[in-house]
Amino acid sequence: MKLKLHVWRQNGPNDKGRMEVYDAPDVSPDQSFLEMLDDVNLVLARQGKDVIAFDHDCREGICGMCSQVINGVPHGGQERTTVCQLHMREFKDGDEIFIEPWKARAFPVIKDLVVDRGGLEKIMQAGGYTSCHTGGVADGNALPIGKDIADYSMDAAECIGCGACVAACPNSSAMLYTSAKVAQLAVLPQGKVEAHRRVMAMTEAATEHGFGNCSNHYECQASCPKGIDVKFIAKLNREYMKALIP
Amino acid sequence: MILDGKCPTGPIETSWDRHRFESKLVNPSNKRKFKILCVGTGLAGGAAAASLGELGYNVHAFCYQDSARRAHSIAAQGGINAAKNYPNDGDSIYRLFYDTIKGGDFRAREADVWRLSQVSNNIIDQCVAQGVPFARDYAGYLDNRSFGGAQVSRTFFARGQTGQQLLLGAYSALSRQVKAGTVTLHERREMLDLVVVDGVARGITCRNMVTGAIESHWGDAVILATGGYVNVFYLSTNAMGCSVTAAWKAARKGAYMANPCYTQIHPTCIPQHGEHQSKLTLMSESLRNDGRCWVPKKVEDCERPPGQIAEEDRDYYLERKYPSFGNLAPRDIASRAAKEQCDDERGVGPGKRGVYLDFADSIKRLGEDTIRERYGNLFEMYEKITAENGYKQPMRIYPAPHYAMGGLWVDYNCMSNVPGLFVLGEANFSVHGANRLGASALMQGLADGYFVIPYTIAGYLATVKPGAVKDDHAEFKKSAEEVKANIDKLLSINGTKTPSEYHRELGKVMWEDVGMARSKESLEHALKRIPEIREEFWSNVKVVGSNDQFNQELENAGRLADFFEFAEILTKDALNREESCGGHFRTEHQTEDGEAMRNDEDFCYVAAWEFKGTGVEPELHKEPLKFENVKLAVRSYK
Ligand SMILES: Cc1cc2nc3c(=O)[nH]c(=O)nc-3n(C[C@H](O)[C@H](O)[C@H](O)COP(=O)(O)OP(=O)(O)OC[C@H]3O[C@@H](n4cnc5c(N)ncnc54)[C@H](O)[C@@H]3O)c2cc1C
Ligand code: SF4
Ligand code: FES
Repeated sequence: MKLKLHVWRQNGPNDKGRMEVYDAPDVSPDQSFLEMLDDVNLVLARQGKDVIAFDHDCREGICGMCSQVINGVPHGGQERTTVCQLHMREFKDGDEIFIEPWKARAFPVIKDLVVDRGGLEKIMQAGGYTSCHTGGVADGNALPIGKDIADYSMDAAECIGCGACVAACPNSSAMLYTSAKVAQLAVLPQGKVEAHRRVMAMTEAATEHGFGNCSNHYECQASCPKGIDVKFIAKLNREYMKALIP
Repeated sequence: MILDGKCPTGPIETSWDRHRFESKLVNPSNKRKFKILCVGTGLAGGAAAASLGELGYNVHAFCYQDSARRAHSIAAQGGINAAKNYPNDGDSIYRLFYDTIKGGDFRAREADVWRLSQVSNNIIDQCVAQGVPFARDYAGYLDNRSFGGAQVSRTFFARGQTGQQLLLGAYSALSRQVKAGTVTLHERREMLDLVVVDGVARGITCRNMVTGAIESHWGDAVILATGGYVNVFYLSTNAMGCSVTAAWKAARKGAYMANPCYTQIHPTCIPQHGEHQSKLTLMSESLRNDGRCWVPKKVEDCERPPGQIAEEDRDYYLERKYPSFGNLAPRDIASRAAKEQCDDERGVGPGKRGVYLDFADSIKRLGEDTIRERYGNLFEMYEKITAENGYKQPMRIYPAPHYAMGGLWVDYNCMSNVPGLFVLGEANFSVHGANRLGASALMQGLADGYFVIPYTIAGYLATVKPGAVKDDHAEFKKSAEEVKANIDKLLSINGTKTPSEYHRELGKVMWEDVGMARSKESLEHALKRIPEIREEFWSNVKVVGSNDQFNQELENAGRLADFFEFAEILTKDALNREESCGGHFRTEHQTEDGEAMRNDEDFCYVAAWEFKGTGVEPELHKEPLKFENVKLAVRSYK
């Protein structure tokens, strides 16, 4: 099939940036979205033109590196799918596709579709862990953990840290991302010990690094490629309240 | 030269404990004076950097992604082994040790493998303490599954995302140390050279991938935990950015490359769909627990829908050939068996390069819900890529390059032959011999990072003066200039073909001539073609963009340049090894029914290659392998 692409081009953080139009003349439905872009880039490179920069690595939907807004929706809007797992059979011949980077105050553009997500790191560094030292821990089976709790924790732990939730949120809130870690650890006996300190530190770091507040739009859940549920935000809020009341 | 792995002697059961006791220690108040560079933040590097930070060393960690959490360890699905014997099914440290040595086709060091098996149990405890949500049973205890090459259930898992959860555990420990100020992270940095001063590793040169700046970093020790090299085949299950660059730059500075020909082709990958494909996707081999591999018995059936092929016309070839392991035969065996069926014209799907992996029987026995619970995300992924529903019709699979058993040579302390250079995880050659068993790479990465390097690096650091050589030394300047010159050269050629076109070309040669089956003839053909393509690359590559900004074409060109040199050494190693063992299959050396034939008399050694210059014959150093605790035997899974 034949497609017309409108792609955000921005030659570095200080460039103003603009949309540019490219043809993708020979797209196979079995190709992934990124393979389609590879082909466009191949033509550009052969012509000596600068290729479209975009982040990607695993191309399996797990590393969280790929980050594009497609037709206004982070990751393109197919349920539980990252850009790299989006396949061209979801499009049809003659489609026009608009491709932009994550847009959020906290994510400055590095080049074209590549952004700086360093803020997400800071949130994790503020408290996204249990403070256990290597070695000297109990046997893995010393503390039985109910299957329901383990499953709940795993549901939250599926977050790949891509930042789509931030890009989708009108407030650029990182609440879904933060809540996933808070909830994963808060329900486990290993994580409970530091739950209060963790939720305070992580939410504080989110504010400090330019992420907004949550005002219940739930765009985050809709665009999350791992289906992280907004119920974890409710859990974060409960944990926060608990931490406020000593 | 005969290499010495410096393995402890005496009873193997106590070898690691004795070694730890005999190793020197670094005084706690001195630790912060030592600066350690850790390149790579996957399971091996992430765990190492975090643990060393906890001990109080001044650690600097580097990765090419924008976050340490995105290292390719994240993609591991199936699980991690440990000798816990929770299911009470006969497992023990000795059995894990034995299975690993045997699985590796008797081409690994006993002492290293023993240590790995011994610390495997600590890993699970550590990860649980970090909050890794391993699968649990209804009583709340840790759940296990079985994996290829083992008859016990010793694999721990977190849905189909075990690597992700383990890496996020290591990443959380790392994040904690960043907050504590002991670890400094350098993301979007690519190591492009190792700085060696008077034969000792003293630092690295890297490129800031955002600004293009060439940076020098000094360290009292350098750790490489930079993953595997199977992207030399172009299409593989590795991430797009995985490369041999860091390891190869070290090899160019004198570190030996060991057993590069031991590459693993994984049996359960989604077959290739077209020419423009950029990578192959693995589906965890845990699928072989409940899926049955088959192809039609008759060639004319191959075009028919699988549902129309009667039971008696199906060849469940793994169950037929290996009755006791069946669909759980080790990877090298399962991969070669699939290739044999396809070579025999009985493959299915596009290009007839595929075999069926059928869940119908399991679904009948256990119900679709159970299968969904076990593998739901894999079925989902399969459907996204192929638009086929694996619950309704058998999946199609085909082997793909997946893992590198070979890597930089290290001694028992994980130190390379260059003092001060340590190598961990997939980047070293140490424990998997000629074939790695499923769920053992995650175990190795975390063993090296959490439980080995914290001890062994101290033994080295205790002998050096902290900060003796810093980045004002002339060697740093020289290295930076060489890196810049290499970049300028790549950018100035301005030919007609892009790096990805050349990578495809190299990959094709490697897959066809140096892939699942190798012969003297095919290897010699590859040795003719690789330098030809390399020379063309250096005179005709077109790298657009500039060095002073984000430039993925430049990154790819640089990685490919290293793959070219490395590919030649890999092929030479394969040519030198006149035997078949594990993942290395020489068609000249097979039994009558097509099984691998080892030659213990002549090849029971580690082949460590010393680079002597591009296009110059590398020098082979041998480390003889001794087996004192397992009997060298013909590997049989029948
Ligand atoms: C799809 C897939 C599934 C797998 N499933 C399993 C499984 O179920 N069980 C199992 O045991 N094993 C599995 N494996 C194997 C296992 O995941 C890997 O062998 C292991 O995770 C490697 O870990 P590592 O830390 O050595 O390297 P990696 O995780 O690959 O990390 C490499 C690190 O080095 C950095 N790096 C590399 N080069 C440079 C450079 N030049 N400069 C700066 N940084 C650099 C990267 O940024 C990264 O941080 C799987 C592998 C794949 C590909
Ligand atoms: S919560 Fe979802 S969208 Fe947000 S970072 Fe995690 S995976 Fe991405
Ligand atoms: S490239 Fe890894 S999630 Fe898309």
